[in-house]
Amino acid sequence: MSLLCIRNGRVIDPSQELDRVTDVWIQGGKIVAIGARPDLLPRQVLDATGKIVCPGLIDMHVHLREPGREEDETIASGTAAALAGGFTTVACMPNTEPAIDNQAAAEFVFLQAERAGNANVYPIGCVTKGRKGAELAEIGGLVEGGAVAFTDDDSPVVSAEIMRRALEYCRMFDKPVLSHAEDLELTRGGIMHEGTWSMRLGLRGMPAAAEEVMIHRDIELARLTGGRLHILHVSSAGGVELIRRAKERGVNVTAEVNPHHLVLTDAALAGYDSNFKMNPPLRTAADVLALIAGLKDGTIDVISSDHSPLAAEKKMRELDQAPFGIVGLETLVPVCAAALVGPGHLSWRQLIEKLTVAPARILGIEQGTLQPGAEADVTIIDPEAEWTIDPSAFRSKSRNSPFTGMKVRSRIQTVLVAGEIRFEG
Amino acid sequence: MSPDSSQRNEPRVCWSRRHLLGLEDLSREEILTILETAERFVEVGERRRKKRSTLAGKVVVNLFFEPSTRTKTSFALAARRLGADTLDFSSSGSSTSKGETFIDTAKNIEAMGVDLMVVRHASAGAPHLLAQQLQCSIINAGDGAHEHPTQGLLDIFTIRQKKGRLEGLTVALVGDILHSRVARSNIHGLVKLGAHVIVCGPSTLVPPLITELKVEISHNLDAILPRCDVVNMLRIQFERQRSGLFPSVAEYARLFAMDGARLKKAKPDLLLLAPGPINRGVEITPEVADGPNSAILQQVANGLAVRMAVLQLLCGQPGEIET
Repeated sequence: MSLLCIRNGRVIDPSQELDRVTDVWIQGGKIVAIGARPDLLPRQVLDATGKIVCPGLIDMHVHLREPGREEDETIASGTAAALAGGFTTVACMPNTEPAIDNQAAAEFVFLQAERAGNANVYPIGCVTKGRKGAELAEIGGLVEGGAVAFTDDDSPVVSAEIMRRALEYCRMFDKPVLSHAEDLELTRGGIMHEGTWSMRLGLRGMPAAAEEVMIHRDIELARLTGGRLHILHVSSAGGVELIRRAKERGVNVTAEVNPHHLVLTDAALAGYDSNFKMNPPLRTAADVLALIAGLKDGTIDVISSDHSPLAAEKKMRELDQAPFGIVGLETLVPVCAAALVGPGHLSWRQLIEKLTVAPARILGIEQGTLQPGAEADVTIIDPEAEWTIDPSAFRSKSRNSPFTGMKVRSRIQTVLVAGEIRFEG
Repeated sequence: MSPDSSQRNEPRVCWSRRHLLGLEDLSREEILTILETAERFVEVGERRRKKRSTLAGKVVVNLFFEPSTRTKTSFALAARRLGADTLDFSSSGSSTSKGETFIDTAKNIEAMGVDLMVVRHASAGAPHLLAQQLQCSIINAGDGAHEHPTQGLLDIFTIRQKKGRLEGLTVALVGDILHSRVARSNIHGLVKLGAHVIVCGPSTLVPPLITELKVEISHNLDAILPRCDVVNMLRIQFERQRSGLFPSVAEYARLFAMDGARLKKAKPDLLLLAPGPINRGVEITPEVADGPNSAILQQVANGLAVRMAVLQLLCGQPGEIET
């Protein structure tokens, strides 16, 4: 079998505390060795001098829209976008039509991903039937079908009783329940963060308290049940503080943040552009600082994109009529490099940890490592390449990005899945 | 009549904008330019031959996606008096009810050769979207709870006309501040022109952060009334509210309505405005609305002059003001 060598890159693999310039050896779709191996003769060499070589990145929060909303994205186009963004593995949300709330639906996701032949896809299952919040979905069947986590995502479980039982039931399978923390009563009709800008712009606000009360509720339920709780896209300073205190008390909770919440604030809505409308909404500069602090001290474990593709005709509307959501797979790495690595908040090693081993651990999947014997999912990043974000060049079917025209540094150069080059930038 | 009539033929024209989307965007000088231009149209309105031809050949469209009587009629008449061709479009009975998007509707109408669109929409920011997507000039005639610049301008114009100044006046905006586009436009304009603005209403309808716009907050109308030179009674925006923001209309009226008894606590020359339509008996009792302090009908008359001024500035040749 042909031997491939990724030569002379800065190999960063937080799963094995590795950060040094060396070689990565791949054969038969697996990592076979790391380090100088004069005894081996490669059939193919990828020169990675000056580049970062890391485990294929994992995005544990994307919306691939299939089945049901193929005008926005398909599993094929979404996984192509994933590769272009450096992600070899994604976990996709179950708010499709129909929802992924049974074993067959989960298996359909695997089937479509296999047909597409791009990135690895893991389905996330609904926590309640039809995402209605009334009865638990057949979680056992979904686990059988390969689901790695459970959530009704943007239809948060309103009933504390159902959420309690979900955490208890999922504990049996050692699967996390993912919480989109939003009190729907407090955000009803809301368009953006409630604050100075919503007041000025005459737009109905969504107070940070709507996120905080639900995070608090779910933390207490995780404490009660011992279940595994993961807070999706925390966006508020108060939310970060609640998670920090819960971790200190030993509650089984993890958390993630999205890149847009790290670089943009509610002031971005001043032009009424729906590409800045997402849920949770962009908040204040103080929230941005708290989120960065949460990443630095480990309160926030993971960075995910919440990639939410929406066809142009849906977004090109009055701001209050346009749906929430932005794409993010193809911009996550450069935006995080600009927001976090550039100013020195996180090292590349820390950033890569939050994009590989941390989500792998939460989802209980084997990816996110370059350990010999692992599937050879590898991402090569050029940390010096400068470019301007242009959504018209996206692989995603949708273009709803808030980062259009942003000048960034660092670019995905090559992506391998199971030892095969699937993307070259 | 303003005192500087000798200079009237050379007004200070400070204007280079294509759109009027809100008073927050305008400088003090730009607002004064509109007010001074409007003054000249008030005089024109008092003459027998009211019609001008400065906008002859121009096409002005009223694009109203929300009901309106005053504003729509006022714009239509203002445009006709300047000699423009006018066209009315309302959302009911049109292609928007067949599912056409608002932007497509506007683009199709623009393709008929439109120079200026007057847009009212329930969504804040809708006129801004059109300003980006279309070539013609856009006037915001009310966008959701955001701004209603010509209403703000005509309120400010009426205050200046009645009081002779704005600098140093205390102006209270009373009622539903949270959902009021009229409040926002008034605040931005009045503060820029040196008035002291108090926003007064139930604490559920006055966002605390509004102090960032350099206004004072009050929840006690009786306490502030003796200090006020002008009170602008805003309408309760029943259509924009969710329920439960105040317990009952009766309690609201008891705390915030302008009635005869309350009026006695005010300065005798208190100027009373209401942007209309008023909910008689809720914000203002009939005897006060029709009484000597009220300038409600004057506001409507001034509205015409202000809108002629805005149309002229956006659509006519700069400096070419035919009087």
